[in-house]
Amino acid sequence: MIRVSTDILVVGAGGAGMYAAVSAARAGANVILADKSLISRGGATIMAQMTVAAAVGQHEPDHWTHHLSDTLEAGHGLCNEKLAKILCEEAPLRIMEMEDWKVGWAREINGRMCQVMAPGHKVHRCVYADFLNTGPAVARALRGEVAQNDRISRASGLNVVDVVVHDGRAVGAIAIDVESSEVILIDAGAVILAAGGLTRLYRRNSASVNMVGEAYSMALRAGAELIDMEFVQFFPIGHLAPRMVGMDPIMWDPFRYKLGGRLLNGNFEEFIQNYGGTDEGVYTARRDLASYAIYKEKEAGRASPHGGAWLSFQHIPEETLKEAFGPVIKSLAKNNIDLTKQSVEVSPIAHYHMGGIRVDEKMKTRVPGLYAAGEAVGGANGATRLSGNAIPEAFVFGERAGRYAAAEVIKADRGEVTEKDAKMLLDEVHSHLKNNLSPSSGAAGLMHELQGVMENHIGLIRTGPKMEKGLSRIREMIVDDLAHIQIPDKGPFNQAMQDWLEMRNALQCAEAVALAATNRPESRGAHQREDIPNANPDLEKNQVLRLNNGSLQTKWANVVKTNWKLEEKVLAEV
Amino acid sequence: MNKKKQTVVKIVRGVADEEPYEEEFEVPYESGASILDALTWIRSHKDSSVAFRYSCVNANACKECMIVVDGKVTYACTARLNENGVTVGPLKNKRLIRDLVTDIVPPKERLFSIDQT
Ligand SMILES: Cc1cc2nc3c(=O)[nH]c(=O)nc-3n(C[C@H](O)[C@H](O)[C@H](O)COP(=O)(O)OP(=O)(O)OC[C@H]3O[C@@H](n4cnc5c(N)ncnc54)[C@H](O)[C@@H]3O)c2cc1C
Ligand code: FES
Repeated sequence: MIRVSTDILVVGAGGAGMYAAVSAARAGANVILADKSLISRGGATIMAQMTVAAAVGQHEPDHWTHHLSDTLEAGHGLCNEKLAKILCEEAPLRIMEMEDWKVGWAREINGRMCQVMAPGHKVHRCVYADFLNTGPAVARALRGEVAQNDRISRASGLNVVDVVVHDGRAVGAIAIDVESSEVILIDAGAVILAAGGLTRLYRRNSASVNMVGEAYSMALRAGAELIDMEFVQFFPIGHLAPRMVGMDPIMWDPFRYKLGGRLLNGNFEEFIQNYGGTDEGVYTARRDLASYAIYKEKEAGRASPHGGAWLSFQHIPEETLKEAFGPVIKSLAKNNIDLTKQSVEVSPIAHYHMGGIRVDEKMKTRVPGLYAAGEAVGGANGATRLSGNAIPEAFVFGERAGRYAAAEVIKADRGEVTEKDAKMLLDEVHSHLKNNLSPSSGAAGLMHELQGVMENHIGLIRTGPKMEKGLSRIREMIVDDLAHIQIPDKGPFNQAMQDWLEMRNALQCAEAVALAATNRPESRGAHQREDIPNANPDLEKNQVLRLNNGSLQTKWANVVKTNWKLEEKVLAEV
Repeated sequence: MNKKKQTVVKIVRGVADEEPYEEEFEVPYESGASILDALTWIRSHKDSSVAFRYSCVNANACKECMIVVDGKVTYACTARLNENGVTVGPLKNKRLIRDLVTDIVPPKERLFSIDQT
């Protein structure tokens, strides 16, 4: 086995991981930044399109306390107010720092940053890079900062499979080099889990292939706690039909922000107003309401042909479309889509995970030496997230995790990962390896099935019996299916082995979501139960999960509150 | 329901230093579908050992999925499947690792070129 050592291991190189690496390095630490895919390319960050919420007050007067107020309102009583406050207060710092790193936030003619309105925000607060290019622009800027820093060693194609804990302290991790299948022991003074979210666990998702909740499962096995795992956000108007390539399924949102659009049922009638929303061609309905309304119209037999709703921009002149979305209109044309002549079909799609690893204000878990950042962290967004809060969350929490981990590491004694630490996992993997296997769908097939279970049983609209059925099938998959999958014993780039390792995490994470969902007897934010449609004030509590002797345990915890008051909004000087 | 249309994807497989071989898979055909749709379908329904890189699936943002389709270098996620079948193979100007996977990792993003100290 190969061994490497470093002050800090960052797992996952999206927005959170790259920011953590840069901030740890500038605090004097040496960093290994590992990603199972390629640095900056593997996760949600590079796919983000538009909104980055920060109270920079460039377009109109704003103050971070107002951003906080909107965030808490969306969170339906469950936001950890200390984390939410950090997110809103520090978002402008990170956005301005990213400007120094040449992101190129879109600007108005007067030199002020463009800021758009997004659902749930009471002012124009979201900055972006044109055209629908926020993710690639921030990924490029951070990749550049990382590359320039001699203290950061980049490791693309390194799949981190377990955090190693000795005497209650994280001392490093076990990883597998995806290309060579070789095992690598990484000694580290601290480990930061920044491996992103879990939405690929659902059949209809906006995720990259690497988003199956691996950070959550690794954190659980290391002894850390998870919080709010039942809260998976569905994005209401994910693209459904016609089949479109080279374009992100959530691309219609920015269209609606900038231009407005009409949401229509299968009979081409507006319907949001029947569910307590207003529409009138402009985007105002909250995400959870829009998703619910689309679902209900389908149930009533009024879906569009592929089972969703129509989204129409036909009332918008061609020139206006071109001006707002130039190159994107060309990409649509390549897909034979002409918005002036046709509507498209949309339906809800799993998009973001509010829950995640439980941390304090330093992004520390309860396991000394183990930190988390980005979408992997739970708590700041409570029961639903405002659009535009996830990218700043990745930056703000990443910066903090790197800074505080570096401060701790520089003081701490180091432990060492041993071959024994890797043995149990390797023995298990080896017991699945077989020569001359006939082709099978293996763990990739099991993932396909799991996605169906999550979609149908732990999905957008839930009921007690559905969730219980889902949970028990997931548990069966762990003990029966995953345990019996055989992996061809092939050398380099053993895809089936990577799938098996990924599935081990995916199932553990799915169990956590299903269990937490089953346990919450109310509807709140993104957790909507058809059999219990109202919120229960007694359940304004967070659910905390922990692994105890291999089985998941849950408890309720009081929501963290803090003192804050609305400050006067100000317009930034330029 | 009428029977779903099918088409054929021929994949050039193998590892470096071995003679490549072609393998054919019959896959569902839906108008507008991408080559990547077909490849992921093959992995989750027929043979999970087929190796190819991709991350972002739809956004065409990660640029990891570049392969050769019917002789042309393109992205698997934006090239379309067609009713008459397609042949896909690895990039020719990059070191082959397995099947459609070639070495596209920037040298400075490799841990071991850095950490041999
Ligand atoms: C299509 C899309 C559009 C979005 N648009 C917006 C938007 O407009 N505004 C907004 O605020 N938010 C948006 N979001 C949400 C936001 O992009 C994410 O929440 C945020 O980028 C998460 O950043 P991250 O660094 O935590 O995770 P990611 O960027 O997902 O990075 C995680 C990384 O970890 C790696 N990884 C996973 N497992 C392992 C492992 N075992 N070992 C090593 N590496 C591993 C992955 O390969 C990946 O590169 C969008 C999300 C999606 C999917
Ligand atoms: S899968 Fe990301 S560009 Fe093709």
